[in-house]
Amino acid sequence: MTVELLWWDGCPSHPDALADLERILTEEGIEAHVQRIEIESDEQAREERFPGSPTIRIDGADILPPGDGEPYSLTCRVYRLRDGRISPTPDPEDVRDAVRRAA
Amino acid sequence: MIGIGDQAPEFDLSDTDGEPQAFETPAVVIFTCNHCPYALAWHDRLMQVARDYKDVHFYAINPNDAARYPADSFEAMKERVRRDEGWPMPYMHDATQEVARAYGAKTTPDVFVLDSNEILRYRGAPDSDHRDPSQNAAWLREALDSMLAGEEIARPETDPVGCSVKWRH
Repeated sequence: MTVELLWWDGCPSHPDALADLERILTEEGIEAHVQRIEIESDEQAREERFPGSPTIRIDGADILPPGDGEPYSLTCRVYRLRDGRISPTPDPEDVRDAVRRAA
Repeated sequence: MIGIGDQAPEFDLSDTDGEPQAFETPAVVIFTCNHCPYALAWHDRLMQVARDYKDVHFYAINPNDAARYPADSFEAMKERVRRDEGWPMPYMHDATQEVARAYGAKTTPDVFVLDSNEILRYRGAPDSDHRDPSQNAAWLREALDSMLAGEEIARPETDPVGCSVKWRH
């Protein structure tokens, strides 16, 4: 399993996202190194199809694909937790579901 | 950029109806925006503080470069306020970013509390956790309560937490 965390330093959420991701991988018994990819320019964001920080990809697929027409740029992603609250990081249970689907 | 105890810069901005807003104190100046998940997560708490402290003037200022972040355009700000059926504070676009630079705003949100002499008395985050609505903007409320009671503010400065202000290149 290939696991990537794409991040931008204008958004302080990636350490929390990484901690959630690594914890869930451990809990699910999956030995996977999380490759951290820093996005540093809008050009790189377009090349990497980066809709915002943090973005988690498993085997190349965004675990929560953005909507059609979402621009690729240096920005912070807006996620929805399962209880409806807005969050800078994905709901951990959404991450867990994605990990299980890919396992 | 201002620090605790400094005179705060006045500003002359208009709200989403195009109405110029007089700078009056005591005040809470909140740098915020449309696109940042931290600003969105704290939004309802900050709106409630404005409803609860009616003797304080609240100003929401969007400092972001709308050319690079269209979600923060003036049109998008107007649409958001309209969709919310109004806010308890004016929402103003700092198109030149001069106000944000004068205050030294770093993130959205970034909260500044000014006393009736326009002196900065608190600066930082609304509370300790954007994820926890029960925090209820406690740091901001503590600062306001102390200031309005004429007391020293126990925690005058906290680290602002949120998305970096999107400066124009």
